[in-house]
Amino acid sequence: MAKGIWVFAEQREGQVKKVSFELLSEGRKVADQLGEELCAVLVGKNVSDLTEAVSAYGPDKIYVIDNDALENYTTDGYTNAVSDLVKKYEPSVLLFGCTVTGRDLSAQVAQRFQTGLMTDCTGMEVVDGQLVFTRPIYAGKAIVKASCPEARPAMATIRPNTFAAVENAKQAEVINVEYGAGDIRQVIKDIIRQVSERPELTEANIIVSGGRGMKGPENFKLLEDLADVLGAAVGASRAAVDAGWVSHSFQVGQTGKTVSPVLYIACGISGAIQHLAGMSSAKCIVAINKDEEANIFKVADYGIVGDLFEVVPILTEELKKIMAS
Amino acid sequence: MKILVCLKQTFDTEAKITLDSNGKIESKGVSMIMNPYDEFAVEEALRIKEKGEGEVTVISVGGQQTQDALRQALAMGADKAVLVDPGEIELDEFSTATVLAKTIGGMEYDIILGGFRAIDDGSAQVVGRVAELLNIPVVNVVTKLEIEGGKALATREVEGGSEVIEVALPAAFTAQKGLNEPRYPSMKGIMKAKKKPMDKKTLADVGLDENQIAAKVKALSFSLPEARQAGKVIPGEAAEAAKELARLLREEAKVI
Ligand SMILES: Cc1cc2nc3c(=O)[nH]c(=O)nc-3n(C[C@H](O)[C@H](O)[C@H](O)COP(=O)(O)OP(=O)(O)OC[C@H]3O[C@@H](n4cnc5c(N)ncnc54)[C@H](O)[C@@H]3O)c2cc1C
Ligand SMILES: Cc1cc2nc3c(=O)[nH]c(=O)nc-3n(C[C@H](O)[C@H](O)[C@H](O)COP(=O)(O)OP(=O)(O)OC[C@H]3O[C@@H](n4cnc5c(N)ncnc54)[C@H](O)[C@@H]3O)c2cc1C
Repeated sequence: MAKGIWVFAEQREGQVKKVSFELLSEGRKVADQLGEELCAVLVGKNVSDLTEAVSAYGPDKIYVIDNDALENYTTDGYTNAVSDLVKKYEPSVLLFGCTVTGRDLSAQVAQRFQTGLMTDCTGMEVVDGQLVFTRPIYAGKAIVKASCPEARPAMATIRPNTFAAVENAKQAEVINVEYGAGDIRQVIKDIIRQVSERPELTEANIIVSGGRGMKGPENFKLLEDLADVLGAAVGASRAAVDAGWVSHSFQVGQTGKTVSPVLYIACGISGAIQHLAGMSSAKCIVAINKDEEANIFKVADYGIVGDLFEVVPILTEELKKIMAS
Repeated sequence: MKILVCLKQTFDTEAKITLDSNGKIESKGVSMIMNPYDEFAVEEALRIKEKGEGEVTVISVGGQQTQDALRQALAMGADKAVLVDPGEIELDEFSTATVLAKTIGGMEYDIILGGFRAIDDGSAQVVGRVAELLNIPVVNVVTKLEIEGGKALATREVEGGSEVIEVALPAAFTAQKGLNEPRYPSMKGIMKAKKKPMDKKTLADVGLDENQIAAKVKALSFSLPEARQAGKVIPGEAAEAAKELARLLREEAKVI
């Protein structure tokens, strides 16, 4: 019988993603309730060095496939590697962070095993011995609870920042498995990095976001300054993206990124339903807008009715003082 | 070049969501649109076709009302449409992908395009599953696509940048915003679309029965989220309000 709660420990360039630690932390609780093992899956090149970082979050075992062919993520390479492990050890549950890679990989693995995959979940709980996942659908306008009762492994991707990452070091057993070569049909020709010191939008704890009210690309500097004081990422509304002020990768909303930060600061954003769809699961929302009727104030925990060009620089200075204290 | 586009009809982004008497999502009276990401897919298919020779077929799994979205694609310039209406059964992503793959399996194709995700159920997995079933490579979240000599160069968005991936055709690609600017159907296009073929099929027509596509995922309950409450507007001049906000974020909300 299939056994074991597995977490795909996503790494990129030698760094394990925070969301993987979040999943291991919550996975530990679930595994204990179900009386199953918690296992991490680590795939890549030179990833053996990362087992220590992973074991800090409490897995019983870490399955490692370390191979030159897996240096960079490719859909086929990683699908083959993870599928080999699943076939050999038959886990009951397989979890991924809902990241670009987690999405891409989980869909292929799910189909290879003809199983169910619940995506972008914001909760998981054990009900009558089954894992039940909570999933916002219709851009967060409805919530479904769902499970994969029979097919194994039951699979899910979990939205970053849903669970807390809590260290719980354990002496994990490391199991090295050979990569059973298979075709990798996607050939990487080029990798283009946008160098940024700021955190990834979907994983950031704090996001400072700008809309049409920013009036031009040059003014995003104001938001960057604020973001840097807070260690935050910068986001944008579609209006700002469509105006060509920032790239689409900044867009938050129904046709952009879904984010769940602890703090979301919306500057010059009116709060259209499609924008709210991407950020209304933020724990705390701040709105700075000169129109007191703006929709964004209906969801904001704190609002300032005023000119962002006056408010933001002062806020940056004030926060700088507070962060230093 | 034969290009297939998987196209889903979704709720309008403005749609208000309510639950019906069975506690499921009410779809009656909701206005429907072509999934916005699928518009990019249709547009890209047309551009590839217009560069050389080719044929664009749009395929959807859905009820009869889905014809509207398919007609829109025909009006944009697609050549043919296929609608598989599975009837009144619950389809999960596995089921939908199985129906699509079975339908496509009986067709000729070089390129399969779709959206990277639907904006309603939004699981971002159907096209990937279809590719797996057809045993062809997939490249997701594509923002640029070049086809030449039986190969494709696809630029895909990844966290913190992008990657350029080469695959041999046939292959599947999912569209991300930025790929192109979808055209609006012209009046002439709309007129022409009325005469273009719309092939309507049932599950049996594509050689499937309900058991073969039984959902793997079971929905247990649906609910509507609690509306977020408006918080406080901080009074005062800019300087005063900004200072107070900074204090509240640290001392009251404790988020910094
Ligand atoms: C299919 C579809 C998908 C969509 N997807 C998305 C999506 O993913 N994300 C998204 O964001 N939108 C999306 N939209 C667009 C959405 O409907 C809105 O048009 C968009 O969010 C508006 O952006 P905005 O708030 O920046 O601009 P506006 O609505 O124009 O608001 C600008 C705000 O700035 C304020 N302002 C102006 N000057 C100042 C100043 N000096 N100081 C303070 N405040 C100022 C104004 O009072 C106003 O409230 C989508 C729309 C459709 C139809
Ligand atoms: C237990 C369960 C029950 C469900 N019951 C119902 C139900 O009764 N009625 C209902 O409408 N939905 C139902 N759904 C949702 C339905 O399964 C999905 O809408 C469908 O599988 C498509 O998945 P998606 O929207 O996540 O698409 P995504 O994977 O996000 O879509 C990506 C791309 O795949 C292609 N694609 C997706 N769906 C189709 C399609 N139907 N035809 C052609 N191309 C497509 C498009 O190119 C799209 O851009 C149910 C889901 C579950 C889990």
